[in-house]
Amino acid sequence: MVMIAAYTTLVLLALAILACVIRLFLGPSAADRVVALDTIGINLIGFIGLMMLIQETILYAEALLIIAILAFISTVSFAKFLEGGNVIGNRNTD
Amino acid sequence: MKTNFVMLHTVTRIVSFIILSFSVYLFFAGHNAPGGGFIGGLMMAGALVLLYVSFDMDRIKKVLPIDYTQMIGLGLIIAILTGLNSLVFGDPFLTQYFDYFQWPFMGEVELTTALPFDLGIFLVVVGVALLSILTIAEDVS
Repeated sequence: MVMIAAYTTLVLLALAILACVIRLFLGPSAADRVVALDTIGINLIGFIGLMMLIQETILYAEALLIIAILAFISTVSFAKFLEGGNVIGNRNTD
Repeated sequence: MKTNFVMLHTVTRIVSFIILSFSVYLFFAGHNAPGGGFIGGLMMAGALVLLYVSFDMDRIKKVLPIDYTQMIGLGLIIAILTGLNSLVFGDPFLTQYFDYFQWPFMGEVELTTALPFDLGIFLVVVGVALLSILTIAEDVS
């Protein structure tokens, strides 16, 4: 029963990632593309967690954490780039 | 319009410590499991880059007065001296030794000479990543 639910959720997550990829290509503004990339990262975290559940292993936990951390850092950097233009600014110019 | 980054600063103060502890975990988990000096160094570089992005360059330079070029040199010296260590015992360059020791609270722990070598790799990776990123960021045109 858990396996049926896990495989169904994998299919649904794949469809969600496909929708995000469509938004990534179509997106009218750059902010839409950044949000689509962040959502793809979050969906990948759920995907890897379900793969850990299906294969009954714990070896992917480090990869999951690294994807989460890199998605957060890249989203923050993109947000500061879109907002001001300088990602790592000085105190005088801000 | 003057923007403020209250949410970003508050989140960064918590998340950077989580990433730094995760990088230390990856550093010590290496060599028999996923991890090691390279990935741990990249994670620590990620945490420091998050600090630099969230706060200003001047403020972090005052908090962390680290010269990253000296960090690269220190890491290379540690790695090379660990490799040269095996020449004393008549073994080839970069031979590693390991043994099992009993510790008071941790039980049996495997200690290898690959750990100081990994520490050198760690320092080199952190230094190279942050030096390249900060050199690009300081280029005011």
